[in-house]
Amino acid sequence: MLSALFRYQFMQNAVLAGFFASLLCGVIGVIIIEKKLVMMSGGIAHASYGGVGLGYLLGIEPILGAIGFALASAFGVGALKRRGGARADVLIGLFWSVGMALGIFFVALMPGYPPDMSSYLFGNILAVTRADLWLIASITAVVLIVVFVLFDSWKAYLFDDEFAWIIGQPTVFFEYLLLSIIALSVVALIRVVGIILALAMLTAPAATASLFTKGLGTRMVVSAALSTLFCWAGLAVSYYTGVSSGAAIVTLSGAVCLLSYGVRALAARQIQKHAAKTHAGGEVARK
Amino acid sequence: MENSLPALKIENLSVYYESTPALEGVSLEVADGDYLGIIGPNGGGKTTLLKVILGLIHPTAGSVLVYGKSPGHAGVKIGYVPQIAQMDRRFPITAFEVVLTGRLGRGPKPLHRYTKADREAATQALERVGIAELAARPISALSGGEFQRLLIARAMAAEPRLLLLDEPTASVDAASRERIYSLLGELSRSMTVILVTHDILAVSSQVRSIACLSGRLVYHGEPKLDANTMNALYGCPVELIAHGVPHRVLGEHHGEGGADCQC
Repeated sequence: MLSALFRYQFMQNAVLAGFFASLLCGVIGVIIIEKKLVMMSGGIAHASYGGVGLGYLLGIEPILGAIGFALASAFGVGALKRRGGARADVLIGLFWSVGMALGIFFVALMPGYPPDMSSYLFGNILAVTRADLWLIASITAVVLIVVFVLFDSWKAYLFDDEFAWIIGQPTVFFEYLLLSIIALSVVALIRVVGIILALAMLTAPAATASLFTKGLGTRMVVSAALSTLFCWAGLAVSYYTGVSSGAAIVTLSGAVCLLSYGVRALAARQIQKHAAKTHAGGEVARK
Repeated sequence: MENSLPALKIENLSVYYESTPALEGVSLEVADGDYLGIIGPNGGGKTTLLKVILGLIHPTAGSVLVYGKSPGHAGVKIGYVPQIAQMDRRFPITAFEVVLTGRLGRGPKPLHRYTKADREAATQALERVGIAELAARPISALSGGEFQRLLIARAMAAEPRLLLLDEPTASVDAASRERIYSLLGELSRSMTVILVTHDILAVSSQVRSIACLSGRLVYHGEPKLDANTMNALYGCPVELIAHGVPHRVLGEHHGEGGADCQC
């Protein structure tokens, strides 16, 4: 695989795309888990399918259509939720499937043979082009800068938005800014693991990292490192076995995450037992 | 205090959720430097009133002025201590970092670093609430009482002129409760304190004035409650036992007591 890495540009693109996407997943994944926006992110990802379809119909780059739809749905759900008119989970469910339906609808309106849309649904990291790579790298740069430049404000906002508002932080601005960077991140992930699988890549590394990190910053770093590991390992599995890359990456991430939860639960029980035993022993000794 | 403006001036305030009134026709003036306890039954609008003062909820009718200004973060520095039950205590943040957020100030802060003064103020606030040794702990490793005191420290770090607390003793151990009341007594000498609570007896022995809310403002004045007020507040005479309280909260019962009450 290493020699292929040097020889073929598509392998270089894949490795770099996996790396940039992982930086995104590390940072955004931690935020959406803490802010309980996982389903919201899933809704945005699926709604962007409508943009892919519209892109094909209008003859523009489908991924640009996806960005438009992702941003529009993020702002739409955000604004409707803010008005308090409807329940957030209902709105997310609607955006989720109506976005998918629109994608199918737009493609059906196209004259001639329909294009193959499955690479948008399941991703194909080995098909990432230089242009895709630039797009992913730019989105990653924008998101990382937005998060790190305002890190102290983000920390206050994410921990307790009510208090942040009271001390004078513009929390409405942060809310929409957060929704925008989630939308952009989701679109960047579409090329790598696809619309349907993006959610696992956003949550699995961050959830695994949450088991053994205590600070917001360290959790983001560890989560990005884990995600990179999963991406590259999944890529290797895909290269040698011919399994679809998105499926390999997501299965691997999910398996490691669930395994970590299991190990952690067992370890917690052992620690409790041990503590109870030494405690009881101390009681006896004192008597 | 140099300012004669009242800390809080509420006129004919009403708040409706859809068509359900939470507060109706509340008028209340709180002097600068006062220490006010707000009591009342669940659903009596206590938390709603706090949120209106903070500017988190807009009144349906009436006006609210905090030191002569409309509520909201453009106005006076307000410290707020929320109910700990509503907070997410799994968030990856240490106690010290939580208190530091109280020092963040207004507006987005690009490339912000907390200054040495900020750190000192945060340490001082933690010392005052008595949990300085827990500064490096993640909040998930704090007890309820410690976390409650942490939120008070965060509010103090912002150096507010008006401190609002929502049920600060509702879910804490007895030692923390004592500590919180003595701390609030101390703080009330340098700032206006408004405290929402269920804890009728304790609060009456602590605060300088009291307001009773049950959708309407039933009573506002000296922290001395009589059976009539309690009757109006809770819909029935509440048995108040004054054991172990520095002074009696209730006046003597007169005539018809709780005998005919079904609650």
